[in-house]
Amino acid sequence: MKILIVDDERDVEMLFRQKFRKEVRANEIELAFAFSGNEALEILGSDHPPQFVYVFSDINMPGMTGLELLDKIKIKFPEINVSMISAYGDTENYDKAIKSGAKEFFTKPIDFDILKAEIKRLSNQ
Amino acid sequence: MYFVNFFSLLILYYLRSNIIKFNPTSPLKKWINVGFVVASTLWIAGGSFEFSEAYIIATIIKILSVALIAYLGYLVYKIPEFERTKTLLNAVAPIIILGVIEDLIEIINPRFYKEWEKVFEVALLFAFIWAVVMYFITRKQRKALEIERLKAIEREREMEIIESVKASLELEVADRTNELIRQKTELEKTLEELKAAQSQLIHAEKMASLGELTAGIAHEIQNPLNFVNNFSEVSIELLEEIRELRVKKRETKIDTKDENEELQDEILEDISKNLEKITHHGKRADSIVKGMLEHSRSNSGEKIPTDINLLADEYLRLSFHGIRAKDKSFSADFSTDFDQSIPLVNVAFSDIGRVFLNIFNNAFYACNDKRKVSESYIPKVQVSTKNLGSIIEIIISDNGNGIPDQIKDKIFQPFFTTKPTGLGKGLGLSLSYDIIKVHGGEIAVKSEPNHGTQFIITLPLD
Repeated sequence: MKILIVDDERDVEMLFRQKFRKEVRANEIELAFAFSGNEALEILGSDHPPQFVYVFSDINMPGMTGLELLDKIKIKFPEINVSMISAYGDTENYDKAIKSGAKEFFTKPIDFDILKAEIKRLSNQ
Repeated sequence: MYFVNFFSLLILYYLRSNIIKFNPTSPLKKWINVGFVVASTLWIAGGSFEFSEAYIIATIIKILSVALIAYLGYLVYKIPEFERTKTLLNAVAPIIILGVIEDLIEIINPRFYKEWEKVFEVALLFAFIWAVVMYFITRKQRKALEIERLKAIEREREMEIIESVKASLELEVADRTNELIRQKTELEKTLEELKAAQSQLIHAEKMASLGELTAGIAHEIQNPLNFVNNFSEVSIELLEEIRELRVKKRETKIDTKDENEELQDEILEDISKNLEKITHHGKRADSIVKGMLEHSRSNSGEKIPTDINLLADEYLRLSFHGIRAKDKSFSADFSTDFDQSIPLVNVAFSDIGRVFLNIFNNAFYACNDKRKVSESYIPKVQVSTKNLGSIIEIIISDNGNGIPDQIKDKIFQPFFTTKPTGLGKGLGLSLSYDIIKVHGGEIAVKSEPNHGTQFIITLPLD
């Protein structure tokens, strides 16, 4: 299962790779990273049909925001699951994300146990 | 010699008119009337006996007439009240004296009188001229005096008018002075109020910018702090994995621990502990940041009609039991005085509840502090509510140590705390301030060192 994580903070990659070391080594999942909305769209559009099944995106990013990215992915690749990860757990962002078709809404700091459970559930389907 | 009675009457007439003019209440008036009667009687009696044979009676009447005029003359000179008549007396005195002397001489020595009659007549003429001249002079003087007197009266009246005008002016001035003083005090009061309002505005402005700043800082710190926490957590997990691998390795190879490996284990253990410390303090920082973020969320709650009395009561108990749970030795009295006429108020009840909880916690904390130093002291926390028509007032008071004046201004600032490090973040009251502001209310503190503190919250009843 191929997962794309979108966040303007580059250290996210290191953190996720370490957190999901076991899963990656066991070939349960494959991680890819994008550091902006545009980069994410490039990666998703580089192969047809995209192999990614899940995108986790930050909301607050320079340039394209996570919510804008969400809208674009939902139009171009409606079959890809998108969940939002945000430091702003306010209802406004939550409502907007869910309305635009986000699967889940996670707040920072990320609880990796919940995140892992979510991924496991999807890969078992 | 009866002619002297004419002068007696003249003098009496003047005395009388003077008295009537200047001193109508004088007791001498009565005696003047007596004098009139006596003089008239003597004159009439003298006239009727003039040509009779009752020589002795005529003589007595003559003597009495002379005595009367002499007595009157004496009185005029003696009594100050009769002073004005002196000039008249001076005018007529020569005629009287000459007349009397002539008469006396005529009686005693008619011959001598006959011889010197011409001289006597001339003397009498001069005396008469003297009297007439004196009369005119006195009349002139009297008129001048009269004019003077009238002028004086006029002046006196003018003075009186001036006095009364002055008095009324004086009153007017006093009135105006009072009015000015009243206006001055009013202005001073207004100025005081304006100054207070200004300082309140400055305070509010400062608090608002501090709140924004606090929330801004929190947002900026949150992300790096998340990384610190996440990386230290993942590092702990990694170390755990290493340890598991090493144990596995030993098990499969039936390897005995050599010295190096033991040292490595120890170091790995230390690193793991260090990471735990990093996580622990990172979490601590995180909870501070969370508190700071509440500032930006102080207007997030949805407002619903809430029973403020019930809410206050609930949080009072929650605070008390919360502190009791942490400190078994803690005890305090608490009481409520709720105004049941308060209607439901539109508030974000969890936010207002947080305000109550903060203030109750502080109140109990203040009491507990005082309890530790004073044995006889009974801690007491009280909450009362009052419906003031367009607003409601909630007063939370304690009888703790109070807040010193020099820090009273700072208690609503973020990060201001008097609690020992680790016990308070100094965000409770600043957050409470923000929440109450968002609700359009006011929060104020009154405190008397050593006697206690009162927090007064007002909320509008839209």
